[in-house]
Amino acid sequence: MRRVAILSYGLTKVEKHWRKSLRELFGDAAKEALKETKIPGLDALIVGNMCASDLSDQNNIGALLADHLGIIPSTAYRVEAACGSGGAAVLAAYASVASGMYNFVMTGGVEKLTDGVGGETTRSLGKAADAEYELFFGSSFVSLNALIMNHYMHVYHVSREAFADLAVLMHKNGARNPYAQLPFEITRETVLNSEKIADPITLYDCAPVGDGAAAIIMCPLEDAPKYSDNFVEISGVAGATDTINISSRSDLLSLNSTVVAADKAYKMAKVTPADIDVAEIHDTFTITGALSIEDLGFSEKGKFNKLLSDGAFEPGGVVTINPSGGLKSRGHPVGATGSYQVAEVTMQLMGRAGRMQVPNAEAGLTQNIGGSGSSTYVAILRRAR
Amino acid sequence: MSVPRYWREIPERSRLEASKCATCGNVIYPNRARCAKCGSDSIEPYRLPERGKLLTFTVVRNPPRGFEKMAPFVLGIIELEDGSRLMTQITDVMPGEVTIGMPLEAVLRKVSEDGDSGIIEYAIKFRPTF
Repeated sequence: MRRVAILSYGLTKVEKHWRKSLRELFGDAAKEALKETKIPGLDALIVGNMCASDLSDQNNIGALLADHLGIIPSTAYRVEAACGSGGAAVLAAYASVASGMYNFVMTGGVEKLTDGVGGETTRSLGKAADAEYELFFGSSFVSLNALIMNHYMHVYHVSREAFADLAVLMHKNGARNPYAQLPFEITRETVLNSEKIADPITLYDCAPVGDGAAAIIMCPLEDAPKYSDNFVEISGVAGATDTINISSRSDLLSLNSTVVAADKAYKMAKVTPADIDVAEIHDTFTITGALSIEDLGFSEKGKFNKLLSDGAFEPGGVVTINPSGGLKSRGHPVGATGSYQVAEVTMQLMGRAGRMQVPNAEAGLTQNIGGSGSSTYVAILRRAR
Repeated sequence: MSVPRYWREIPERSRLEASKCATCGNVIYPNRARCAKCGSDSIEPYRLPERGKLLTFTVVRNPPRGFEKMAPFVLGIIELEDGSRLMTQITDVMPGEVTIGMPLEAVLRKVSEDGDSGIIEYAIKFRPTF
């Protein structure tokens, strides 16, 4: 296998892009990524997306975007793993460069959630779960995670406030991110007093609904200096799955797909959690953030709140968690989220993160979840310049 | 929902017909092609127990489309007497009276209806044991 580099990235601000269509959004991100490098052309485009079939009446996303970008007849296809689509696309792109099949690959993700009307968006997002055994009974993505959060609080005796504090940190970080959908600070009370959605989850435990696109260009590491003077190596990448139905898991409080994918990616990159300076993790809900922190090895099980209150996850702490603000504040353009994470960690390792910059970041991690932990994609990135 | 799609899940959703791995004894619900524990495809029919206790629950206040009339309603994960688990609605009880660990029993109830002309969907929910 060849070693793989990320040459450049492009992303749009996450927001309700009323004036932009699916193809235009991705076009904006892709043009930015292409501008930053001197590659001769693209061999393939592998793009993550979840909801276009439901909300934009559009399938065949690969051809649509290749056409829009003027890169036909390059190979182009869409990868779908619910909210993990972007991370899955990164894995597929990595494998296609590492294997020697392609030299220049663009991966990325695009999601246009605001074209859904009257509950269509919630319904479309819910399809990440088991249609016959979860959605059938009136559950949604929120209520499934509420079941997990209630269980966590009961088993570990962790207060509801601890989860609110994680949202507060995410908004503090996101307030410095020019691409964030909700770039403002909040207090613990903002979370506790916000609308109840599915107990104990309130509105401010949840990632917002928004549109966005991110693009990343990869090539073999040995060729990277020819095309860019500032690049990053993907030193580990892995994906794993778990039961689609959360009630089939023997331990509701561990995201086993995250444990397995992280373990594989750490081994591949020959690092441990202690080596990671910056991580962009998948906090769809505050409970998802808490479980992710623990299952990635940044905290013991049931104790994320102790390290959180010690400041371990803040910029300058043991490991900076979500300097972008995470899904909570940067936003969650579902099938693009995994691509945002990789672009953001690349930005950190290239030293281009501006007010979000983690000083001297050498190694970074991304963790992108599909469904309520039914799939996870982890990537480990290393500064190469 | 199409009639065949609803109809083909009746054994599992309305009669709790599960399966058991003939090799390692693992209880499988919903049914799967192979046992996740040992990989065997030797699967036997097995009926889940109809009693258990509440492992965790949530009160749904912002319901998905089709469930507006029911809200607020309770969803729970039930740990059955044989240790297996399933998720369904908790019924015949006020949301404020639901507690973790409460004993529950299976009961057939209406889940939803597809508008004015579609089918009415039933399945097993769980209620407190009296």
